Amino acid sequence: MKYVPQPPSRSGKLLIGTGVAVVVLLLILPLIYILFAAFSKGWETFTSNLLDKDMLAAIKLTLVVVLFTIPVNLVFGVMIAWCVTRFNFWGRRILVAMIDAPYAISPVVAGLCYLLLYGSQGWLGSWLGQHGIQIVFAWPGIVLVTIFITSPYVARELIPLMESQGKEEEEAAVLLGANSWKLFWNITLPGIKWALLYGVVLTTARAVGEFGSVSVISGFIRGQTNTLPLQVQLLQQDYNTVGAFTASLLLASMALLTLILKIIFEGLQNFQRRQSQAQAEKRN
Amino acid sequence: MSILTRPSGRSKRVLPGFGLSLGISVLYISLIVALPASSLALEFFQLSLDQLWFYLTDPRLLSSFRVTLITSSISAILNCIIGLLLAWILVRYEFPGRRLMDTLIDLPFALPTAVAGLTLSALFATNGWVGRWLAMFDIKVSYTLTGIVLAMVFTSLPFVVRTLQPVLEDISSDVEEAARTLGATDRQIFWRVILPQLRPALTIGTALSFVRSLGEFGAVIFISGNMPFETEVTSLMVFTYVGEYNYSVAAAVAMVILLSSLLLLLFIQFIQYRHLKPVRS
Repeated sequence: MKYVPQPPSRSGKLLIGTGVAVVVLLLILPLIYILFAAFSKGWETFTSNLLDKDMLAAIKLTLVVVLFTIPVNLVFGVMIAWCVTRFNFWGRRILVAMIDAPYAISPVVAGLCYLLLYGSQGWLGSWLGQHGIQIVFAWPGIVLVTIFITSPYVARELIPLMESQGKEEEEAAVLLGANSWKLFWNITLPGIKWALLYGVVLTTARAVGEFGSVSVISGFIRGQTNTLPLQVQLLQQDYNTVGAFTASLLLASMALLTLILKIIFEGLQNFQRRQSQAQAEKRN
Repeated sequence: MSILTRPSGRSKRVLPGFGLSLGISVLYISLIVALPASSLALEFFQLSLDQLWFYLTDPRLLSSFRVTLITSSISAILNCIIGLLLAWILVRYEFPGRRLMDTLIDLPFALPTAVAGLTLSALFATNGWVGRWLAMFDIKVSYTLTGIVLAMVFTSLPFVVRTLQPVLEDISSDVEEAARTLGATDRQIFWRVILPQLRPALTIGTALSFVRSLGEFGAVIFISGNMPFETEVTSLMVFTYVGEYNYSVAAAVAMVILLSSLLLLLFIQFIQYRHLKPVRS
């Protein structure tokens, strides 16, 4: 039984007032300010900031990073969720704990780990360097740390859902002769698709906005290894505050879009669950 | 004896893909987590004890430890209070804008930390929208410890709210009504009936926000002013060492950060294991 929200009492209204004040001050006011600051010098400054050569390069690099990150973590997320929710094996709990490791590691420390491995003094980095492959202070390094930072998101969305769904339907399908591909495509995927999509949205948001680990490994080369969040910092250091807020506006819009998609996907997932529950009751 | 069970007692796996999915998962985690982490350990273990002691007792580094610990502790406590308040009103009361507030709580996770830091420092600077008013009371936020706390409170705001919400929703009103018919006041009900049930979730949420604040970088460096000995946090020290190509010092400090956050997470796992169904972070 869930607690049903009540109309507030007098003291309740006071609590709500305080809570609303906190949310307005910490969450809403910053959003309004970003919009205000980005347009504070007018529309033309905004567009010239947006169409600046380095800004466009930063946007492009950020998109490239996202395009590499999503497919890798999508496949991995599905694989690991399938593995830990459908089978019981020795070391399962350790594997689940390892998925969460990137949450626990400070982004700067993560960046340092990758720098030590792939940098010119690291064993792998020096070997790659001899073969003319540059990872650190170049886009491949940024892609690699971003994949690390965002690796838990798809798996974390899928695991609780797939655990609660159970594996009876899938086992029935196998006994009825479905092959692996049919099993995944027709039985598993329809049940998890909205959670999967939301996992991808979270991965994207985090990949676009990652700052700490990327700033360690990028080397801040203008027009080459600057992602959008790093561009925010560079513009700020150049005393181009309006430019920094222009980049911020792009990032904040992405954050808001993420929140909207979250509501939509969660709503669809709940709708689907209720529907399948109703069907199950009808069958009984 | 059943023919369906194997001699070992384990049932045969019906579903396909065990080998493939386990193989890919283990390979992936080795490549993406274990390999980079081992390179940190490799660098760390090349240090002699004397070197380690010399690096870790550097006064500037020690003061950054102090700054980080103080600000993360204060922000964890503040997050505990604010999180309890927000979770409470979201679960218990019906009011206009409740859904919007519930959605906005996740903003700090979705908004890039650099953007958060930049915006908060502009808002709370002495000529900013909010800082201007605070300046009248001689309160400075941006470029002080208060600013660091503000940034940390922002970035880890959702943790306590999201761990408390499901627990609060599950507390049935029966117990409360029983307490009320026995003559308990609202205050007594809250402190004696409700809060004890929330304590494990509250501890976990607060600990999670503490861990997050310890490692926070993006939001903090925009607002802190980064004055050595005064407003410099430890993750910035690591960043500075990397910039100076001082990789062994960076590795030493990174190891300290890593081990302390792992210990804290172990503590959180322990509480979860004892008191709760797994909570999603």
